[in-house]
Amino acid sequence: MHDAMKVIIGLVIFLGLVTAPFWFNTVGGTSARQPELVVGTDVKECIEPTGWMRAYHMDLLNQWRDEVVREGKKDFVSSTGKTWEHMKLTGTCLDCHTQKDKFCDRCHDYSGVKPYCWDCHIVPGKEGK
Amino acid sequence: MMDVKRREFLRLAGLGATLGIGGKTLYEVVKGDEVLASTAHETHEGTRWAMVIDTRKCVVHDCEDCIAACHKTHNVPTFEDPKRVIKWIWREEFKGAFPDQNHMFMGDEVTDKTVPILCNHCDNPPCVKVCPTGATFKRKDGIVTMDMHRCIGCRYCVVGCPYGARSFNWSDPREAIKDIDPAFPTRCKGVVEKCNFCADRLSLDKDPACMEACPYKAITFGNLGDKESPVRAALKGKYTIRRKQGLGTGPSVFYIV
Repeated sequence: MHDAMKVIIGLVIFLGLVTAPFWFNTVGGTSARQPELVVGTDVKECIEPTGWMRAYHMDLLNQWRDEVVREGKKDFVSSTGKTWEHMKLTGTCLDCHTQKDKFCDRCHDYSGVKPYCWDCHIVPGKEGK
Repeated sequence: MMDVKRREFLRLAGLGATLGIGGKTLYEVVKGDEVLASTAHETHEGTRWAMVIDTRKCVVHDCEDCIAACHKTHNVPTFEDPKRVIKWIWREEFKGAFPDQNHMFMGDEVTDKTVPILCNHCDNPPCVKVCPTGATFKRKDGIVTMDMHRCIGCRYCVVGCPYGARSFNWSDPREAIKDIDPAFPTRCKGVVEKCNFCADRLSLDKDPACMEACPYKAITFGNLGDKESPVRAALKGKYTIRRKQGLGTGPSVFYIV
């Protein structure tokens, strides 16, 4: 092993380069950009706690979809026992979250999610596309 | 003469036995519940939504008020290209609507007639049987409807429906809808669609759009399971026919001729 020193130096430089983005952000004090969301309402509470909604709104929407389309149900009773009339993506959700492009879209774009809800459902106020 | 050697015979016998274990006998197929071209087993209790169309009142041939109202309410696109036409309700000549009721000396009042036709919301719907994803299903109230979220566009149902009641979206339908009604979704490219018996309006206690729009009150709608319902009253004492009744699908749309 004549070149142990060279190999170690090479490894250190390699690791330094690979982890450069992390060092760059740590030293520069910047962190990953978070999407800026416009909630779009003064109402303090969503139909379920905000944290839960953030994580599981897609599951809830799937549940609503099946209950409305396949089981013919209309109302939603939340975990707090409150009843919401008409489980509707466009009615219930977008009634409060009026700015889809600044709420739904910003987070979905950020996380690279492409839900196809709006291929068929119509964003309120944007009938003409 | 064919010479079957011992080995060959055993091989064929084994194959035959294997098929026989898994298969069904002709008796089972015919006698079992799977072939039922009969009206004796049709649902007539509980809720079964049905429609009676009085073709005697529906005689103004260029009146398309029911079609316009239905297609407006449900954002049904209008394509000029006949291969891409989407229709929920449309007019058909008598001989096309009722091929098994037609003969060469039908009266003029019948042969000159076009009748409004739509999905029959069959009691025994073939489209539901062939749908591989369960996208088309029959509700407890008899309405045969679609879960667009599950439609994969295979078009088995288009082939399965003996009434031509199903249309496929070959392209984005939004391009062919003049004024989109925000109260009802559109469809997207690649799904099948058809009349939903106004399930959306029924859930809001409204009558079907076609019935409401008819200026001649030719359409009656109600629950077949309810003796007091308007459809039962309309059916009582009148001779009514259904489209291709011999197929055993049990249509829920009746016609007074």
